[in-house]
Amino acid sequence: MILQVNNLRSKSIAVCLLPLLWLFVDIAFDNLGANPIQALHIRLGDWSLRFLCLTLAITPIQAITKWRGMADYRQLLGLYAFFYATLHLLAYLLVDHALVWRMVGIDIIESPYIWFGILAYIIVFLLALTSPKWAKKRMGKNWKKLHRYIYMAAVAGIIHYFWQLKGNLAEPLFYSIIVFLLLSFRVLVWVKNRQLSKMMIPRGQRALSLVDEQDVMPEAIRKRR
Amino acid sequence: MIIKTTKDIPASEITDPLIFKERRKIIKAMLATVFSGVGIAPALANNHNPAWATLPKSDFSTDLLTPTPAELIKNYTNYYEFAFNKQDSTSLAQKLRTDPWSIEISGEVEKPGNYYLEDILRQQTLQEHIYRFRCVEAWSMVVPWVGFSLGNLLKTVKPLSTANFVKFTAVHQPEIMPRQHNNAMLEWPYVEGLRIDEAMHPLTILAVGMYGDVLPKQNGAPLRLVVPWKYGFKSIKAIVKIELLKRPPITSWSQFAPDEYGFYSNVNPAVAHPRWSQNSERQLGSSFFTSRRQTELFNGYGEQVASLYRDMDLRHFF
Ligand code: HEM
Repeated sequence: MILQVNNLRSKSIAVCLLPLLWLFVDIAFDNLGANPIQALHIRLGDWSLRFLCLTLAITPIQAITKWRGMADYRQLLGLYAFFYATLHLLAYLLVDHALVWRMVGIDIIESPYIWFGILAYIIVFLLALTSPKWAKKRMGKNWKKLHRYIYMAAVAGIIHYFWQLKGNLAEPLFYSIIVFLLLSFRVLVWVKNRQLSKMMIPRGQRALSLVDEQDVMPEAIRKRR
Repeated sequence: MIIKTTKDIPASEITDPLIFKERRKIIKAMLATVFSGVGIAPALANNHNPAWATLPKSDFSTDLLTPTPAELIKNYTNYYEFAFNKQDSTSLAQKLRTDPWSIEISGEVEKPGNYYLEDILRQQTLQEHIYRFRCVEAWSMVVPWVGFSLGNLLKTVKPLSTANFVKFTAVHQPEIMPRQHNNAMLEWPYVEGLRIDEAMHPLTILAVGMYGDVLPKQNGAPLRLVVPWKYGFKSIKAIVKIELLKRPPITSWSQFAPDEYGFYSNVNPAVAHPRWSQNSERQLGSSFFTSRRQTELFNGYGEQVASLYRDMDLRHFF
């Protein structure tokens, strides 16, 4: 059983690297179009945002399917959102600007869309930093509070996306709807739980309490180790 | 490969056009056969004998500039009438009907009329104009246009002293232009405008070709404006009407977002777009790990045009 799960986990780690591999292939074959540097930003930015959305989707999926084992993958996906965001930032600094700091400075100061990218990045950076188990243990209740900011990262990422666009608004609209749905799910659950607790139903029996609890380290995983 | 050992010539960070062209051609040809790609195939098919093999260079063509490879120019251009992304608009633009083409010139002129493009071309002298082209989206290229002076054309219709502005209107073909058909985003047809002194300036041309050949449809065939010191969207494509007016025309982009796109839209690194910086630009064809190019006031044509704006606050009249 443990072996199987771990196998699945290492497979997931590999699968999440495929977009990067694909990007390298396209670079090697000169397949990124007439403005390859922009294409690079778009690829890496898109994948960071996709992983961010997938990370957010785990909780609702878990609540609906009642399958607890997924929380492990939430951390993995979140770390990949951070990984692609880091490559995105490095591409901006190195590939695009060749570390000409004066130009980078002016570009950032004058580009509000980048401010939101940086806000999103700071959040995912802090979340990645506090993602190891020991950090989680040490932070106690604060960990959960901090990690709720992932929603803000997603919203900032989408604003960042919208604002750099000149024409096509369809794609960021798609991500906005996804994040809106995921966020509404959390709000609904929260409202529902409040109602239930008003009705004095004991904590352990709340219909959707699962959702609330699995933000803390899921038991299934702790037992497994 | 895009990552290549960099030649240390900052003035031309552009990939050697020959190498670039060759390798790109091979890859594109491969792709074209695989996907029988629309958009790529026509771009390749342009390799027949060019329309204007050798032309005199205009006085404003600098030999210092290395033109951007044609394949890049042909595959990276906005044409919102067709689509809001560059790939789709390039392939859809191939449907544009450009033959026959006539241009109505009217308004504050002595000799208004409808002129066939061939007749105009017979009167005008074509030259090669190698100009920088700076898009408001913060990318740039160098294009060897084939064209003639707009001022010379306007002189033939004799502008009246009341002609203060020039309004340009682009083609309206909603049957083949999906975004016109849906009335999407901008008011169609596309409209641009210049002050009369900007229009008469010798740098301002009407282009009918590039790289010695007729203009690709996505690049504005059969006739487009080129005003090299302004952001690219001022250089309206597929012109069907030129009107001389007393008052400034309402232009498409500044009507759509007046705080983002002004009437003048002169290239100016000191005036940021509300959402992004205009301080630097990414040159098409530049390789990875090379810096962006510092954008110049009036796109580097200040010596020629700064006097047109002598007493103006460029921040206010952006
Ligand atoms: C978690 C953090 C971030 C996320 C999720 C993110 C996401 C994105 C997305 C989705 C795009 C648009 C892709 C498209 O057009 O399809 C984008 C573009 C871009 N981002 Fe980010 N981004 C983040 C952080 C940053 C940071 C920190 C910077 C720079 C300091 C940055 C700079 C850019 C640039 C330069 C572009 C391309 C604009 C162009 O088209 O020229 N991003 N990003």
